[in-house]
Amino acid sequence: MYHSCRQLLEMTEARKVPIHEIVIENEMKNSNLSRAEVIENIKKRYRIMQTSAERALEQPLSTEGGLITGIASTQYRYSKSGSTLCGRFVNTVMARALSCSEVNASMGKICAMPTAGSCGIVPAVLITIGEEYNKTEEEVIAALITASGMGTIVVENATVAGSEGGCQAECGVAAAMAAAGAVELSGGTPAMSMEAFSLALINVMGLVCDPVAGLVQIPCAQRNASQAVNALLSADMALGGAVFPIPADEVIDAMYKVGKLLPVQLRETAMGGIAATETAKDITDRIFHR
Amino acid sequence: MGVSIFQVAGPVMIGPSSSHTAGAARLGRIAAKLADDFDFVSFGLHGSFAKTGKGHGTDKALLAGVMGIREDDEAIADAYAIADEATIGYEFHDVELTGIHENSVRIAFYKNGELLCKVDGSSLGGGEVMISRINGYEVELSGNLPTIFVRQLDTRGVLSHITTVLAEGGINIATMKVSRKNRSEEATCVIEVDEEIEEGLLKKIENNPNIYAVRFI
Repeated sequence: MYHSCRQLLEMTEARKVPIHEIVIENEMKNSNLSRAEVIENIKKRYRIMQTSAERALEQPLSTEGGLITGIASTQYRYSKSGSTLCGRFVNTVMARALSCSEVNASMGKICAMPTAGSCGIVPAVLITIGEEYNKTEEEVIAALITASGMGTIVVENATVAGSEGGCQAECGVAAAMAAAGAVELSGGTPAMSMEAFSLALINVMGLVCDPVAGLVQIPCAQRNASQAVNALLSADMALGGAVFPIPADEVIDAMYKVGKLLPVQLRETAMGGIAATETAKDITDRIFHR
Repeated sequence: MGVSIFQVAGPVMIGPSSSHTAGAARLGRIAAKLADDFDFVSFGLHGSFAKTGKGHGTDKALLAGVMGIREDDEAIADAYAIADEATIGYEFHDVELTGIHENSVRIAFYKNGELLCKVDGSSLGGGEVMISRINGYEVELSGNLPTIFVRQLDTRGVLSHITTVLAEGGINIATMKVSRKNRSEEATCVIEVDEEIEEGLLKKIENNPNIYAVRFI
């Protein structure tokens, strides 16, 4: 059993195994399942993630108020245009993250990761790395298990609820999970996964949850895209050998404390941030006919 | 107990919100198991369900739920059409309930204009729910364990009849909550158990003059 990133890292290093191996063994004890059942269960969720990451790429979906209808297909078309700044790969990652968000907002089927509002980040990052670098499905699923295992440490010691910790706790933690999984999928060490996790989370420290009209659309979808990219650059910094002195457990704790310091207006109540702008208020009036 | 990776990678659900959509569907589904066949259902939306429910499809999720549609079934989005097809009437209004969670609903089931059952429940986040009142009786029903709901006369021997039948059927009781309004009148009993219950065992519980109804959730 592990209850911190430090413990998880020590267990992987003592046995010279990847993070996902310790996470699987822990889950077998935790849920009283066989290894095959744990993997099968994650695979089912992976299938849902694959579908939601693709579904809105070609076809705009109807969303309440139409706030993000077509956001994924627009980005996907651009990703293939050959004239992007960040290249096809990064733009495809963003399009897939947006697709998951658009599916979620259209009352489609998604797998929360770790929440419904942040469901696009981990799938977009891991699926697109797997495709771009010819990874096997087993490898992508192993990385998904690593990302999920890192998420359990946050749930146990802090929060992943926007109403408690702001967007840093939802999209920020999703980015950190995705970064840890991306490092493993790219051949990095468990220590590098921890480093990438920390880097992704410090990049969003203090990010508020300010949903326009209280809907899981703006800025949630856009932040799924930007946090997917945060995961990629954090993974690349760690893989490149960047040394970050603050341990992941302390970064999680800092994120939690920052969340507690956020006023209620900035925690999912739609009373502050982008949700409190004039235009956001107009949008709210239009949708709810107030 | 550590946190499961399936709590992080999950639930699989219909968007957009685990509390306002997935939890609402689950509330509807559990509540409907407490009612007989109904032809009309009324939803009183409280707090955040009333304020932002529409944008989260809370109405569709509740209606789908009472028709037995699960929180991971995309049919939720078509709840109105499915209800119309099944000639189930429905109505939504805002209410202010007291002493209850922000995301709450009062669901009333009717047949031929007659009230069958009235259920208050809350969506607690992450898809978790709690039924807190049934026909005005205080209960605590999460739907996470197999649950038996009994309406009985408040008199000696009824509870021992129920527990004896369960014990003889090899069923272990996890929790039990009895609630009454007045002495020697109607009372309710919510029993959470560790095993699934067969129809025959429910009939045995019902086979007592002081027991009015038994439901399995």
